[in-house]
Amino acid sequence: MSDASINTQTQGGEAGFRDYFALLKPRVMSLVVFTAMVGLLAAPGGIHPFIAFCAVLFIAVGGGASGALNMWWDADIDQVMKRTTSRPIPSGKVTGGEALAIGLTLSVFACVMLWLATNAVAGALLAFTIFFYAVVYTMWLKRWTPQNIVIGGASGAFPPMIGWAAVTGGVSVESVLMFMLIFMWTPPHFWALALFMNSDYEKAGVPMLTVTHGRRVTRNHILVYTILLAPIAIGAGFTEIGGPIYLSVAVVLNVLFLLGAFKIWRRNEGQAQVDKYRLEKSFFGLSLMYLFLHFGAILAEAALKPYGLGGW
Amino acid sequence: MGFEHVEHELHKRRSGRNIGLGLVLVAFVAIVFGMTVVKVTTGGLGPKPTATQGASK
Repeated sequence: MSDASINTQTQGGEAGFRDYFALLKPRVMSLVVFTAMVGLLAAPGGIHPFIAFCAVLFIAVGGGASGALNMWWDADIDQVMKRTTSRPIPSGKVTGGEALAIGLTLSVFACVMLWLATNAVAGALLAFTIFFYAVVYTMWLKRWTPQNIVIGGASGAFPPMIGWAAVTGGVSVESVLMFMLIFMWTPPHFWALALFMNSDYEKAGVPMLTVTHGRRVTRNHILVYTILLAPIAIGAGFTEIGGPIYLSVAVVLNVLFLLGAFKIWRRNEGQAQVDKYRLEKSFFGLSLMYLFLHFGAILAEAALKPYGLGGW
Repeated sequence: MGFEHVEHELHKRRSGRNIGLGLVLVAFVAIVFGMTVVKVTTGGLGPKPTATQGASK
């Protein structure tokens, strides 16, 4: 045998560290880190800064693990859709088996470590979140119903609740409201994107609302969910996590969001095509700011509380 | 006479993976050590108070 027999082609098992890291969906992880951190800092009671850091880290690792499990299960449709062909498994850098092993190992690791660092409730909530995203959303709902992102959005809504539980050891009205805020925000956010993105979900056999029920129905859904979202977002302002800053931010943002949803609902496809979905794109941009500023305001209230300024 | 070592892209990837994994393991040890120190110094590893404690005269 000589050195000439060495296969120089990219194979599974010879992926770089970045390829394995990409399995954890780092961009999704950033939202998980931010909202979990806000939940943790807004919670009443104290937690040691190092334990807080560890808790957010383990929540992020748990979120990443569910991303790896999602990539393992969805490798077949990721290969079909342009947006996802460069992911580690369809591009041939990482094998499906490796993604599954990494996903399962990190899931167990993150839940046990969060439990040891904080408490059993936080560990159990993280385990449920991973189960919900990997099994309920990815394996069950995603290819079955156009309401997939509505129910699946719950998995993205759990992180602030886990952060809150890491400090308090329980669930409360405030943490449920933070959950509901992300849960109700997810549908208008994703459906606005679906309206202007030329996605190939149809080719992949994923029933997105724009494909199964048409764009008119999607516009109706965006308005309905935005109307349902407003009282939750503003209502949170009257609880322990709220305060004058949060309430002002929430009122302004919800008026803007409702106006945007109303404009999207009022117009038809022809009008949208004329201006190349300008309104839908600006609504999507606003939705990103909407979530960031709501949680930023909760964070501001929590940060100002020690100085007697935040909260009611 | 000797063999010339040719650094292939495959070796770079493997080396990067090993270094990355090594750093992750070092970070894990540091985190467990840090958590232990915090738990010990703040009494987080001590027995939890029972309902009867503190109720005695």
